[in-house]
Parts: sequence; structure tokens; C-alpha cells
Amino acid sequence: MAVIGGTTAGRKVRWSIVDIVVLVYALIPVLWTLSLSFKTTEGFTDKSFFPTEWTFQNYKDIFSTNEFIRALVNSIGIAIIATLIAVVLGTMAAYAIARLEFPGKRLLVGVSLLIAMFPQVSLVSPLFEMERNLGLFDTWPGLILPYITFALPLAIYTLSAFFREIPWELEKAAKMDGATPAQAFRKVIAPLAMPGVFTTAILVFIFCWNDFLFAISLTSTETSRTVPAALSFFTGSSQFETPVGTISAAAVIITIPIILFVLFFQRRIVAGLTSGAVKG
Amino acid sequence: MSELASEPSAQGVDTESRVPAVEPKKGKQGLSEGKLAERRLGWLLCAPAAFVMIAVTGWPIIYSVWLSLQRYDLRFPDQQQFVGLDNYIAVLTDQYWWTAVGITTLLTVVSVVIELVLGMILALIMHRTLVGRGLVRTVSLIPYGIVTVVAAFSWLYAWDANTGYLNGLFGTEAPLTQQIPSLLIIVLAEVWKTTPFMALLLMAGLALVPDDLLKAASMDGATAWQRFTKVMVPVMKPAILVALLFRTLDAFRIFDNIFVLTAGANDTGSVSMQTYNNLIKGLNLGIGSTMSVLIFIAVAIIAFVFIKLFGASAPGGDQGGKR
Amino acid sequence: MAEIVLDKLTKRYPDGALAVSEVDIEIADGEFIILVGPSGCGKSTMLNMIAGLEDISGGELRIDGERVNERAPKDRDIAMVFQSYALYPHLSVRENMAFPLRLAKVDNATVTKKVEDAARILDLTQHLDRKPGNLSGGQRQRVAMGRAIVRSPKAFLMDEPLSNLDAKLRVQMRTSVSKLQKQLATTTVYVTHDQTEAMTLGDRVVVLRGGMVQQIGSPQFLYEQPANLFVAGFIGSPAMNFLPGTLENGQLSTGLGQVALSDRVRRLAEAANAPREVIAGVRPEHFEDASLLDASAKAGGSTFSATVDVLESMGSDKFAYFTVEGESATSAELDELAADAGSADVPASGSQLVTRFSAASSAAEGANMDVWFDADKVQLFDPASGRNLTYTG
Repeated sequence: MAVIGGTTAGRKVRWSIVDIVVLVYALIPVLWTLSLSFKTTEGFTDKSFFPTEWTFQNYKDIFSTNEFIRALVNSIGIAIIATLIAVVLGTMAAYAIARLEFPGKRLLVGVSLLIAMFPQVSLVSPLFEMERNLGLFDTWPGLILPYITFALPLAIYTLSAFFREIPWELEKAAKMDGATPAQAFRKVIAPLAMPGVFTTAILVFIFCWNDFLFAISLTSTETSRTVPAALSFFTGSSQFETPVGTISAAAVIITIPIILFVLFFQRRIVAGLTSGAVKG
Repeated sequence: MSELASEPSAQGVDTESRVPAVEPKKGKQGLSEGKLAERRLGWLLCAPAAFVMIAVTGWPIIYSVWLSLQRYDLRFPDQQQFVGLDNYIAVLTDQYWWTAVGITTLLTVVSVVIELVLGMILALIMHRTLVGRGLVRTVSLIPYGIVTVVAAFSWLYAWDANTGYLNGLFGTEAPLTQQIPSLLIIVLAEVWKTTPFMALLLMAGLALVPDDLLKAASMDGATAWQRFTKVMVPVMKPAILVALLFRTLDAFRIFDNIFVLTAGANDTGSVSMQTYNNLIKGLNLGIGSTMSVLIFIAVAIIAFVFIKLFGASAPGGDQGGKR
Repeated sequence: MAEIVLDKLTKRYPDGALAVSEVDIEIADGEFIILVGPSGCGKSTMLNMIAGLEDISGGELRIDGERVNERAPKDRDIAMVFQSYALYPHLSVRENMAFPLRLAKVDNATVTKKVEDAARILDLTQHLDRKPGNLSGGQRQRVAMGRAIVRSPKAFLMDEPLSNLDAKLRVQMRTSVSKLQKQLATTTVYVTHDQTEAMTLGDRVVVLRGGMVQQIGSPQFLYEQPANLFVAGFIGSPAMNFLPGTLENGQLSTGLGQVALSDRVRRLAEAANAPREVIAGVRPEHFEDASLLDASAKAGGSTFSATVDVLESMGSDKFAYFTVEGESATSAELDELAADAGSADVPASGSQLVTRFSAASSAAEGANMDVWFDADKVQLFDPASGRNLTYTG
């Protein structure tokens, strides 16, 4: 991409400054939370950005009880299951939308768009009552179902963009080379679709990991309460202390997977969110 | 001049000069085996996804409407009874509801506008920076990926009277206990979290601006600002509208940040907050459902207005790469 | 090695549109036959029908005497080279070429041998372990051919395989393809819209228009004896010049003046019941700078005066463009040729004449000069049907 005006040293310095601003913008809350998680109880009230005294106590605290660990397990389990199912269903639908002709295709795309725009809070009432009646309240499936539902539009949208990138003449070539349709799909199309499926899985996982509204509305105990919801019920090491430290430590723990994802898969995530329009 | 009559020639060699055949179109009459199989496969593949989506949203919404017509408080389950539109009247004449609507609208408008401007700036940076492009993009994804309530807690403690490093900024010891400062903080939290997402959507549009167009404009004497306003923005219009549509609907649903930062105190609650309070804390299914339905209608209206006004095209609605 | 016969082959789409209409072609074993024509003429559709990628609506397709209409592509033992090459991006060159063999469950040793043989023939040996994404256009094209060769199929089908290459590479690859085909002696059906490729590559050429065969013959034959206006205007570059004319008593009147037809041409025209109004066609090389010829050389033709509009000096020849007054020749065929060449929208008053002079000519732009043309080389066409009235077949 040509740069109008050239790439002089001066411009590079200016862009570097701009980049640093962006860095600060993005990282401040993260660093603050990190810093809080290492602060001692006395240090909380000193209002300084960096801890004057360091401690791992907060981390020990959250792992000493079952509450956080259980929430972590819930978060991981529910997010993974919901992601798997959403990606499988989404891949099938996206393949059909990108590749096949059938009536109702537009309708499906329209419906999934509607769901993406849906106010989730409107579902809380009926789902609350329905799940109580069906015995799904405060269970894993009780959260997994709405997660899949709201992840599907994202999955379908991202995956159809990826499927459209595949040159379909390859299927013809495979036929000419002697492959049955199933072989053509398995040996040629599927490997090419894998990167897209993987990226979609990451995006869906982030989505499920992030949810708060359903988590606090459709759960009531640590049986299926996920970390975001559990955070709001945390107490400190004693009843009278604000749980700043423990909440911060918990926050750091559940931010780690996200940081890792973003670090390793930045290109894929950007490609997925921009439907591949932007090159790394 | 000779006429253009098409007289078939009588010679043995195939030298007939007829009008060339029309470029074949896919018609719907007389579907072949192959086409029928394709249809069935299409339906089969879409069925599970469609079923889940519709079952989990369609039925509950209908149920929700039914619930909203009941007086149904879970603390007094025996008193459940059909009351028609009483709940709606109750909510729509309630001052707290309208405050919430006002707050929600205010928050939506303010944060979306800021996000659009900042998002555009960030998109330009992510797209055109000469230094550390990968780093900038990676770092910008962190607000996107981080759990909203985690970020909310970070802001909470940053502004809190006892612990916060930002505390003195508003000239008051406890900004989160006052309406205006806390609203500003909520906006800040929202904007921080979603600007990168907005920036990514805009960057997709930005990437589609042909470089040649910008070079031509530069040759024609356009300054950087002019290139931005007269070339980039017009070409990006569809992307901008789509981003606006999604963000506006998203912003209207604001909940996580308010819950953590103020829990809706001091008239800072959004409509989602109100619904949650009535439903989960108050266990009032009737009123909660009423609010749910009203929010649904409001969102539908916003979406409708948007699409009608701007004709925002649906992403992923086109034909795909067949043949 | 196989004989391919298209017997009244037809392709009709569900909405009734006819893409290919009752085509009869007999392709001999080992022959290199070219299907050429403007876009939309049905050549790719025909190729796809032979491949089995498109259903046949009518007629019969026979390979080695057996009817194969209903057979799947993989059972026809035919290999295809696609315009976009369709290489599997996730497989190396070696695996790309090995793909069909692996599907046929051929043992590893044979696979390796065949792949390496093909790579040697196509000069791809040093690229075997690279991925298509890292190859140049020409290399990718050769891999596509390699994938077709390894199977030693009964026939090769090639769908505009050189279109995506740049001009110079295309010329190089043309000779490679030709040599390869002779070396392997496999029946090849080759589709192109470029008449130069058609002229240089094929044993025989099939000119198609609107789903119908216009003429089949060797390149030279089509050049010298086009059966109709369309073939005459399509084959040959620069194209044949067309002028409206009037026939009377063996004399042809055109914008270039009156010329007496040679006996041979006159007899042919009479035998064909030529109408009064005709379209006369003369190829550029049948013109010459009159000043370079002596009287005896000029005897069999006619001279006219004109001003040179544009002169293109190619070194070995000079091409001079003239404008001839009067109306230009019109017919459905000529319109279609113009549309295909992209010149349909270019406004022109009168007809443009392209002539080829020898390098010795002193023609100059803007100068008025005498131009001679050979009356015996004039072809006459019926404007209504496009038929070549001077066709000797």
C-alpha cells in the first residue's frame, strides 16, 4: 500500500507517538486491574497506580475457596460446549448459504440478523420462567442454549464470509480428478475452510466468555454461575472488607485466556471481524 | 443497405447465421434432480441452526407477551391473574421507567457518537500506521476481548473514593454517587470497551477504499482532510451505516457497565437495568415481561427507522460464490 | 487415446435458452482440436459437457464408440485444465499432481514415478515441494497441466488455459503446449477465444457462434476459405476488410472504385447465384503500395487513391489505415464481431481499411497515395445470410 507523502523519519516518529497513545488507551484498565490484584489490603486506599507493596495473597485467596474455582470451571465448560455446538451448526448453515441455492435462504440470513439485533434483556423474563418450569434454571444447558442462539448469527456471518473466499472451481477440479462429492469435500474444501472455522470458534468463545446478563439472571448458585456473575457476588477475605483484591485477582485470571487469544490470533481475529477485507 | 433478414442457408456445411443464443438464466420451472437434491441439502444443513435460533427467541417472546398481560409476582405465585394491559399502563405511566428511557437514550446517543469519531480515528491508525501495525491491532483487540464486567470493575475501583487513582478528576470525592459524573463514567466505560470493535467494522470499510482513488485525489490537489471527507467517507458510507446500526442497537441494551458501576442508583439506570431489577431482584414476572416487550418494540423501531432511513444493507445477504 | 464424437449434441437450460445446438463433431484419436468463438458462443459449455460437469440435454456423446452421456466425470477417464488452474492451495505441487492418482488408489511407488516424470517433462522438478501460492502464473499453469498428464487419460480438455498469462508468456507456453501434445499424442480439446491460439495450435479448428458450428477445418483452410462472413471476420489478424459493393456484369463496384473480377471469382459468384448487393472482403496482405509494383504485377487487380490516416510500422511490414467513403458494410455477423472486439461503440463514418505493405513502402501518414489490391483474392459474401459466395469448399 503506497503511502502518500512518503515514509520519512518524521512521519514514523509521529506515528509512533500515536501508537503509544493507543497502547496507553487500551492497556490502562488492564494494568490497573493487574496492579490492584497485587496490592496489599493497606495499599488499596493509597490510590496510587502501582502497588507500593506487592503480594500474591489475593490470588491465594480466590483459589482457597471453591467459589472461584467452581465459577471458572463453569465458565470454561459452558463456553467450550456452547462454542462447539454453535460452530458446528453455524458451519453447516454458512456452507449452505454460501454454496447452495434454496428458497428461504434470504429469510434465514434475515432472521439471524434480527437475532443479532435482539435485546437480550427481553429474553430474560420468559427464559427465567421457562427454565424454572423445565428444570433448566441454574444448569449448564440453561446458559448454553441462549449462548448458542446469540452466537449463531455471529458464527454464520463470519463463516459465510470465509466460505465465499474458497474458489469453488476446486470442487470441479476434484471431480475431474476422480473424487466423489464426499471426497471432494473432505480432501479439498474442508482443509480450506478450517482456518475460518477456527477463527469463528475464537470469536464465539470470546462472546460466550463475556456474557453477564444471562449469567446473573439464569443462575442462582455456584452450580452454574460463571465468573462474570460470580465476580459481582464476591466478598473479601472477611465480611467487612471490600473485595477489591480478590475481584481484581479473579479479573486477571479470566482475562489471561483473552490476552493469549488476542496475542496469538490477532491476524485471524481481525480477518474474521472484517470479513477478510483487511489484510494482515 | 441490406436488411438483416435471417434466411437459413441451404448449403451442406453448417454456415447458418442465426441470432446467438441468450445467456442462460437459471429458471425455476422443471427442476432437475440435481437442483432438488441441492435444495434438500440446503434445508437440511440450515435446519438445526434455524431451529435453535427461532425456538430460543421466537417462543419466549410470545411467552413473554403472554406473561406481560398477567399480574405475576413470584413472591405471591397464587395471586397470578390475567390483567390485560394493566401492566403496560403501569409501566408507561411510571416516572422511573421514563427516566430510564431518557437515560438510555442519552447514553446511547452520546456513546455512539463518541465511538464513531474515536472509532474512525482508531480505524485510520490501525490501517495506516507506519510503525507497529501488528502491535496496535493486537492491543486494540484487548478491550474487545476483555469481559465487560472485568473492565467495569477496573473503572469502578479507579473512580472509587477509597481506592481510585482517577478519583479527584471530577473535583468530587465520590463521582459514582452523583448522577452526572457517574453517567460520564459509564459513557467512558462503554466507549473504552466498544471503540475498538467499531474501529474494526470501520476498518473493513476503509480497506475497500481503492488506493488509486486516493492517489488521484492527491494529484488533484486534495489535502489529507479533503481526501478523508471527500473520498474515504463517501466510499465507506455502507460500512459506517452498518457499524452505526449495530452499535446503536447494542448501546440501547447497555447493562453490564451500569450494573457494576452504579447498579442504577441515582437515576443512572437504563431500561435493561430496570427490567433486571423488577424481574430478578423484584421477582415480578408480570412487570418484568412488560418491560421486556417494550424494549423489544423500541429496538425494533430503532432498527426499522435506521434501515428505512439509510437503507443499510444486510451483510451476508448476497448470493455467494457459486460458479 | 480416444476418439470423441459429438452427435447432435445439445444443451438447453431450464428457461429454454439454447447454449449448444445440435453440434456434430468427430474428433480423431490423437487430434488437437480447438473450439474457438466469441464469449457466449457455447464453447465452454461444450467442453463441460464432454467433461461431464454439465448435463447433456440432447444428442449423444461417444468416447471410443461408447455412449457416455450418463457417466460421471470420474468415470470418463478425461483430464481437464481449468482457466484459473484450480490448484489445491493447501497441497504442495507434488501432492497436487499426485491427487488424482491417490484417489485412484495407485501405489506410492507408481505415484512417485509418474509425478516425477511429469515434473521432468514440464520442468517443474525443482518446484515439487512448494505450494501453489508461491509459484508464478506460468509455473502454476504447468502444474495444472502436470495434474492432467499424470493420469495418462484418454483425452485432455483445456479451458482457455493460457488466458491468465501475460502476452509474452502466452507465446512461450503456446509452443510448449503444442510440443507436449505431440509428444504425448493424446486427443486434446482446447477452448479459446483468441484466434491466434486457434490458428497456431490446432490440427483442426471449430468456429462456434451462438451455440452452432460455423465451420470446421484446418487453420489454413479456414483462413483461405471461410464459409461465411463470421468465420472470415473472426479468423485472421488484422481482420479481413469488408466493404459493401454492387455486382454487375462481372464488375464489382465498391468505395474503392470499380474492379473487374477475375474469371475464377466471377464463375463462382454466378454458380452461387450471387445477389446484386454483396459484401466484398479483402485481407490486408492482398493490398500493396502501388508505387512498388510494375505494370505486369498490377495487371490482376485494381488501384485506387487514398489518404493514409494512420501508419503503423512494424519493422517487417507496414500497416496503413485508410478511410473509405460511403456506407460501411453491415450485417448481423459483422455487428457481433465488432461487439466481441469491443469496437461496437467506436463511431466511424465510412469504412476503415487496413492494408499491409512491405517494409520498402514509403507510405507516410497524411500522405495521399496509390494503393493496389489483387482482384482474384476478393471474397464475396451475401449480406443477408453471410454465406461466402466464392467458397470452393
